[in-house]
Amino acid sequence: MGGMNYTVVDSKKLATAEIYGKTLCELGEKDKRVVALTADLAGSTKIGDFKEKFPDRFFNVGIAEQNLFGIAAGMAKAGLIPFISTFSVFASMRATDQLHTDICYQNANVKIIGSHSGTSYGQAGSTHHAIEDVAMVRSLANLKVIVPADGFETANAVRAAAAMDGPVYIRINRGFDMNIYENEDYGFEFGKGVLMNDGNDVTVIANGCCVFQAIQAARILESDFGIHARVINLHTIKPIDRDIILKAAEETRRIITVEDHTILGGLGTAVGEVVLESGRACAFKKLGLNDCFSAIGFHEDLMTMNGIDTEGIVKTAVDMMKRAHVVEISSDGKTTKALKFDDRDFEAEIDWTDEV
Amino acid sequence: MALTKSEWIELEKKASAVRQLTLDTCYWAGGAHMGGSLSSTDFLTLLYFKYLNFEPKNYADENRDRCIISKGHIGVAIAALFSELGLLDREELKTFNLTGSRLGVHLDSRKVKGLEASTGSLGHGSALALGTALAARVQGKSYKTWVLLGDGECDEGSVWEAAMATANFNATNLITVVDRNKFMIDGNTEDVMKLEPFSDKWRAFGFEVIEADGHHLSKLSDAMEKAMQTKDKPVCLILDTLKGEGISFMAGDHKWHYGAMDEVKYELAKKDLLEYEAKRLARVEKEA
Repeated sequence: MGGMNYTVVDSKKLATAEIYGKTLCELGEKDKRVVALTADLAGSTKIGDFKEKFPDRFFNVGIAEQNLFGIAAGMAKAGLIPFISTFSVFASMRATDQLHTDICYQNANVKIIGSHSGTSYGQAGSTHHAIEDVAMVRSLANLKVIVPADGFETANAVRAAAAMDGPVYIRINRGFDMNIYENEDYGFEFGKGVLMNDGNDVTVIANGCCVFQAIQAARILESDFGIHARVINLHTIKPIDRDIILKAAEETRRIITVEDHTILGGLGTAVGEVVLESGRACAFKKLGLNDCFSAIGFHEDLMTMNGIDTEGIVKTAVDMMKRAHVVEISSDGKTTKALKFDDRDFEAEIDWTDEV
Repeated sequence: MALTKSEWIELEKKASAVRQLTLDTCYWAGGAHMGGSLSSTDFLTLLYFKYLNFEPKNYADENRDRCIISKGHIGVAIAALFSELGLLDREELKTFNLTGSRLGVHLDSRKVKGLEASTGSLGHGSALALGTALAARVQGKSYKTWVLLGDGECDEGSVWEAAMATANFNATNLITVVDRNKFMIDGNTEDVMKLEPFSDKWRAFGFEVIEADGHHLSKLSDAMEKAMQTKDKPVCLILDTLKGEGISFMAGDHKWHYGAMDEVKYELAKKDLLEYEAKRLARVEKEA
């Protein structure tokens, strides 16, 4: 697909939300049905350019998220394509009833861009951390959920959202994201995970800012431990890419999920559901906030504290490799592979290739 | 322009038919929101049969006027009204509330043609309506949007978020209508959560307030025309109504917010509605 041709230099100068703002302007140029709405966060969510260029299609409703979502739903019903921009914490919780009833139930063509997600607005404290948003929105029927890994992917996700009919929730961070792509032309496909690094020992499935950490971790696992880690950027949480998950379960038998979100109900849960339903046995660990609120601080520090940085992923992978061995079991002249846990011997007899 | 006598009589008969069919549907369904349905029927009849630029055969016309029913629990009245408009088959009303039916307590706009929004969670309609009104502005279209609120639902903060924004954006192509029947599920609005001074609240939010008898078609018609002619401010039309209007044992009884009836009560209600219609027609004769 044709990219917006941001150079790497440009993307280093632009925060992810700024790239969103520019993409929104580009969409606004092409399609007069595109309107932008916010609740007193035009500056923070970087949609000021849209306001400048298309003042008649920009609506600031003041600090009133229920109204924000309701108005957007009404506009969508009348044929417009509203883009809502606010912080993820408010987008997912301050107007959930409107999101549920006015947008999802009625399949209204509204796009929601939640910024400042996860712990990316770390200094603001837990009132502004969005560590439950994916769990909230993932449960809503008709809503599609994307968590882009960097600015380039955000541009792709926003454009993909505009191109499809129906509601989409896109979760982006505050500030700058480390680039994992050099430009937009890496073959982004809505609903399809991206293989970032191949390996057959363990698979790290990440999204958002954790993808960069997972790629770094894979390098260290390779160089320092000789562990070949597969890394998957699972940017679309709903609908989920079952094939890439099951292939990883089958080929690596060990899966670690990493997300800047609670481990309850987000990426890890979604991946776990796919594995469990398949009947495949697989060593499995979810990294994220462990049913707790985060401390206050810089995003990078919080990622370390919450174990979702490079070091946390390396430690978890090494530990999993130590504890969970793939062994060969022979019976009746047939050899199959099985998973053996050091601390859970009873699992050793399970032939993981059996379908339940 | 005031209603002509023949028009008035014709609308009275339409309103009677909607009331009767609402009652029948409630009886067939084994229960429905009768109280708030009957308090809204006169307004809905006037709107859909006289003022709304809405052609049932062309219900999705992008230039149509819209009406968002924010008090979504009156699905039974809307189903009856839509049947009278030819949007729903009368026989289908017999499936109301039944498993697998397209029709339930709170109607689904993706299943019922001509219905603008799926409502039921209260306090949503004003923002939805403001959205369609602002969309008309963006698209350069001249259609009007109406929104019908219950008075009890005005306890919801979202109603006032939308009210503030309606005045802020000066959405004069949106007419807000409140069915002030003075009752909510748990009792009188002034006992449960005081709304008064109600019209002052709307004025303070920047609305031109018009108050009207919600059960007098001619006076209500005048008020609706005044609302449509007001161009400098958004309008809030407050209808003085009675919950359960037209059926003696329901009128003014908040317990009839939702209720069911046996055959004896149903027959009594039918008889009441006939007497009520005669009384209303006698009023036309006297006043027209």
